[in-house]
Amino acid sequence: MTTADIVIVLLGVVTVGSGVMVVGTRQIVHAALWLVVSFGSLAASYVVLAAEFVAWVQVLIYVGAVVVLLLFGVMLTRAPIGRSDDLDSGNRIVALVVAVAAAAVLVTTLVRGFRDAYFPLKARVGTGSSATIGASLFRTWVLPFEALSVLLLAALIGAIVLSRSDIGPKAIEEDPEPPARPRRRGDGPLARRRTRGPDDEDTIVLARIDEEV
Amino acid sequence: MIVLAAVAVLLPFAAAFIGMIFGPTISHLLTPIARHLRHTAPESGRARGLARRLPANGPALVAVLPIAASTVLTAVIAVVQWQAPKVRTGTLTVVQTGGVPFGIGLDVDGMSAVVALLVCCVALAVQVYSVAYMRDDPRYSSYAAFISLFTAAMLLVVLSGDLLVLYVGWEVMGICSYFLIGHYWHDRATSKAAVKAFLVTRLGDVGFLFGIFVLGMAAHSFQIRTVLGHVPAMPHTTLVAGTLLLLCGVAGKSAQFPLHTWLPDAMAGPTPVSALIHAATMVAAGVYVVARLYPAFLFAPTSLAVLGVIAAISMLGAALAALAQDDLKRVLAYSTISQLAYMAGGLAVGTRDGALFHLLAHGAFKALLFLGAGCVIVAVGSNMLSAMGGLRIAMPVTFWSMTVGFAALAGLPPASGFFSKDTILSQAWHTTKQRGPEHVPAIPAWTGWLVLAVGLLTAAVTAAYATRTWLVTFFGERRTPADAREAPALMRWPVAALAVPALILGFLGLGSDHLRPELDMTIVSLLFVLAGGGAVFLIWNRDPALDPVRMLGPVRPLLRDGFRVDAVYTVLVVRPVVAFAQMVVHTDEHAVDAAVEGTGRGVRRLGGLLRVTENGNPQTYISGVLAGVVIIVLAVVVFT
Amino acid sequence: MHLVYPVVIAALLFSAGVYGVLARRNAILVLMSVELMLNAVNLNLVVFDMRWADRLHGGQVLTLFVIVLAAAEVGLGLALVLLIYRNRQTVDVDRLRTLGEHEEEGVRQ
Repeated sequence: MTTADIVIVLLGVVTVGSGVMVVGTRQIVHAALWLVVSFGSLAASYVVLAAEFVAWVQVLIYVGAVVVLLLFGVMLTRAPIGRSDDLDSGNRIVALVVAVAAAAVLVTTLVRGFRDAYFPLKARVGTGSSATIGASLFRTWVLPFEALSVLLLAALIGAIVLSRSDIGPKAIEEDPEPPARPRRRGDGPLARRRTRGPDDEDTIVLARIDEEV
Repeated sequence: MIVLAAVAVLLPFAAAFIGMIFGPTISHLLTPIARHLRHTAPESGRARGLARRLPANGPALVAVLPIAASTVLTAVIAVVQWQAPKVRTGTLTVVQTGGVPFGIGLDVDGMSAVVALLVCCVALAVQVYSVAYMRDDPRYSSYAAFISLFTAAMLLVVLSGDLLVLYVGWEVMGICSYFLIGHYWHDRATSKAAVKAFLVTRLGDVGFLFGIFVLGMAAHSFQIRTVLGHVPAMPHTTLVAGTLLLLCGVAGKSAQFPLHTWLPDAMAGPTPVSALIHAATMVAAGVYVVARLYPAFLFAPTSLAVLGVIAAISMLGAALAALAQDDLKRVLAYSTISQLAYMAGGLAVGTRDGALFHLLAHGAFKALLFLGAGCVIVAVGSNMLSAMGGLRIAMPVTFWSMTVGFAALAGLPPASGFFSKDTILSQAWHTTKQRGPEHVPAIPAWTGWLVLAVGLLTAAVTAAYATRTWLVTFFGERRTPADAREAPALMRWPVAALAVPALILGFLGLGSDHLRPELDMTIVSLLFVLAGGGAVFLIWNRDPALDPVRMLGPVRPLLRDGFRVDAVYTVLVVRPVVAFAQMVVHTDEHAVDAAVEGTGRGVRRLGGLLRVTENGNPQTYISGVLAGVVIIVLAVVVFT
Repeated sequence: MHLVYPVVIAALLFSAGVYGVLARRNAILVLMSVELMLNAVNLNLVVFDMRWADRLHGGQVLTLFVIVLAAAEVGLGLALVLLIYRNRQTVDVDRLRTLGEHEEEGVRQ
């Protein structure tokens, strides 16, 4: 077991552990924060694996943008900030069984398949540098890259269309009196503080989010 | 010649279609012309009346004119055939089939020419009569068209040169008969009678069709001439089977025992229909077909003996039943069965010419009697004999015409029935004594005895019921309303015209050796006739106000119901079939349906079980999908 | 370097994501779980890229693409979640049951 192995196992423990906390915690905001930990340790793993550029992109986009987006989502949906006991649905037991079974099958198969697979990490140093990846990206993969930019544009437009209330079907918005909000268990004071018009601010925020993406 | 015959067949056929589709339209087109004619017509009343009625009646024109043309054509054919007798044939095309080919063609010989002429004459008389009789009927157009179609079909049967084409005409007649009997279908009894007639004749037709197949397969051709040419070479069993099967159809169509029950009920149709179909033509088709295929029957004496037995039973039974009827038309219906049995008896004892002679004579006088009965019924307003009486003064033309008809029916000289009936009886007498031509098997002598004895008895009974009907209708106390008077001219004159052949047709037989009556047999049969008629007259003379049939006493209801054959059939056939049908319905409802519905319900319940998982929660679905993936991967890992 | 360690880590992270997708009630938490799964895949891609010393660096480039796609997906997913929230006033996955036939169990519109 080399040093790299030990480091990667330690980082893996952190990654998987924080991932389990993400899906197991009883506070939504904590879940987002645990996600940051998980992504960060994963970025560290990439560094250990000599993929530096990927690691920085991971930190920038995942930790910097995605998690922030998710936190915005948490706030905009008036999710309970504090501890709440009903974050898990009734499907929990089944989910646990399926997840454990998947893990068991995957781990068993992978361990049996790659028991003797080693690779020289030192020889790989430099293959993940931004120069190498950039060259590869803009030489070999330039066409998929451009296609991806079109996809991003489409996603941008889609997000705007979905979130703006003044375009699209009118029937929903012109409902004269909005249906009474169902009373939810664990509603925090945030949920009751809703006094202003719901949609205008959401749209602006989302548009800004998209720009950020 | 053949072209003439084909045109004669096709004219009524075309008339049927044109009348069915365009009849009322023609009426509309003709109305202005008729109005014009009315204004310019001469002042004499009759011509004016004709101008007023006839030209505006499109269906009538379409019905009458083609059949009149056909009559002329068949008359030409008959005359030519009389002067130069030979078989003329023509085949339009031979249709190749998978097995035996059949040809579409016509055969004209003396027999078919004469019968075709009879058919056309009677049909013409009936069509003219119907113009007046059915004047107020809203469905006259389709009625006349069906009569035309029927006439065409009958002519096809008569003139066809091929057994399958003959069968086509045979079946078209059957369906026309169904429609015409059921003309007043809104009456429950009428529609039932139509169905009964259709089903009973159909029962016989099945046998008929198979008979055609047997003969056609044995001769490897359906051409009648070819089949008859092959007859001497055919195995005896085949011949007997084929002819016996044909006899089924003949018994059905010609209303012979045991398939005769439809004919009396068929009187529910309009009277001209009864005259055309159930007296003069359709029922004669059966006898005609036997005559047409007579060589085949001659080589199968067994079939002729069976025919003789059937004829004997039908002859006497129907005559006795006719004696006891209350309904004028049913009297005539039973007498039709009885007279057709005479023809069948004549065929059974080996005289084809005699049978055809009687067919012609009977066609004339029975059409006359039916049309006359129609006049009487129109005048009286009822079918019942009890409502008639003393009509002699009020309806002289009808009275005299029907007198001729009854005389012919009873077999009194010099009317036609006398000659034709005696020909048959003489031939029966010959059959008892001597065998026929050398080259054919002998007809059993007992057949001759049977036909002779029963024929003589029937002659007496026939005379009795003819006399009784005649007396009760036209003599005695007047029971009708005072305004009963002669029928319209269009109805009166066909009746009178038919009286001529009914009276003089018999003398034509004097020209032939086969058909000339023999003196001794004539005397014997006349004695029987006089005995029957005289007895009835004596009984009636005692009290002219009463029906002479009262002397039958307790037997009368039995005879009136036609020996309760219908009741026997009800018990033997109808009830078991109905019970079986109900059983099938029951099984269908409680077993088959239950199985089907049970399957549906079971599947629903099973689906309900599965629907528990489809609760609308996507997480459940994804759980299922992923669990499935895990299981599949597991299976792949484990088994590979 | 032993290949099994990062690969097993990726498998466990993926399973954690599976559990989160299946068990979480809040739609935003479900989205987070999806991100976990995507990251597990990314780890795999990088590891195998390194193992085979791919000349085109397909694994790493694909990782970049997946990251971009994930960002777009989160953006769209959140837009959808917000739309649902606006219409239903809830983002609880197990209360959005109009897919099923039992109307009374789902949230009526």
